[in-house]
Amino acid sequence: MSEHSSSSLVTYVGIWAALIVGTILTYFAAQIDLGPFNAAVALTIATTKALLVALFFMHLKGASERLLKLVVISTLFFLLILLALSMADYSTRAWS
Amino acid sequence: MPDSSLIHGEVQNPALLHHFAEPQQQRDAASLGMWIFLGTEVMFFGGLFCAYLIYRLKYFGDFAAASQTLNAALGAANTVVLICSSLTVVLAVWAAQHARRTMLLGSLVLTIILGFAFLGIKADEYQEKFELHHVPGASFQFQKSIPGHPDQMANPQHAQIYFALYFIMTGLHAVHMIVGIGIFIWLLYSAWRGRFTPDYYTPMEIGGLYWHFVDIIWIYLFPLLYLIDLHK
Repeated sequence: MSEHSSSSLVTYVGIWAALIVGTILTYFAAQIDLGPFNAAVALTIATTKALLVALFFMHLKGASERLLKLVVISTLFFLLILLALSMADYSTRAWS
Repeated sequence: MPDSSLIHGEVQNPALLHHFAEPQQQRDAASLGMWIFLGTEVMFFGGLFCAYLIYRLKYFGDFAAASQTLNAALGAANTVVLICSSLTVVLAVWAAQHARRTMLLGSLVLTIILGFAFLGIKADEYQEKFELHHVPGASFQFQKSIPGHPDQMANPQHAQIYFALYFIMTGLHAVHMIVGIGIFIWLLYSAWRGRFTPDYYTPMEIGGLYWHFVDIIWIYLFPLLYLIDLHK
């Protein structure tokens, strides 16, 4: 038990370090000209950081409740519907 | 024998409400409810992110010009502050699970201090926006060329849309931070009264979920608002 809990403390500090590194990476990647990939790099790093927070800090990893996974996945699914269908509409519409 | 020990266990754990079979089920139910609430929050912020995306694609140059008036270093510093506060939150939850009172109280105090530090930096940024007349409204002024095109001025009307989204999104986030600080002051009070035990720390876990969610929103707000076309 104590072995398990001390290893989770090490995990927390490791995730924290990864998040700090991600922030520094985003900041400096934005100063370099990557053409159209600047936004893609920024969003990829942000999504990686968000996943680390959700999986480890919010304890999604190892969550036993399947209903909880269903809630998380359907949340992302509805967010995707919101963004994808709105963008499909606006990108095919003639703006004045 | 197993039945009597079960009844004995229930009497031993006053935190277990009578309509739950066991503490784990009670914890799972609370987490599930919180995650459903966070799902509604994702949709709440999602509408703003969608509006941002539409206008950013439409007025990209104006958004880049407006974005570059923000202080990216302060934005990055605030990201670091929030990430550190997320660490102190998981440490606090861990301390509650393992009955480490000093670590629990210390982590909660640190979380609250980091929360106020974030709001302080944000207030400083807002003040600069007011001084520069970059707040949407009657006194809004914007004179800046589009990054990469020194001879082409950004459209102030379109820049104003950027600043409207900036203030709504960071403002709504700041409101969530203020609520979060309130929750953590209450958690600190409860922890100081000795309410949390390894058998019952649900409010710590739930409050932590809320704080991490607000952190995730900022993880997206920082690159989207502060880092548009920064290299030009």
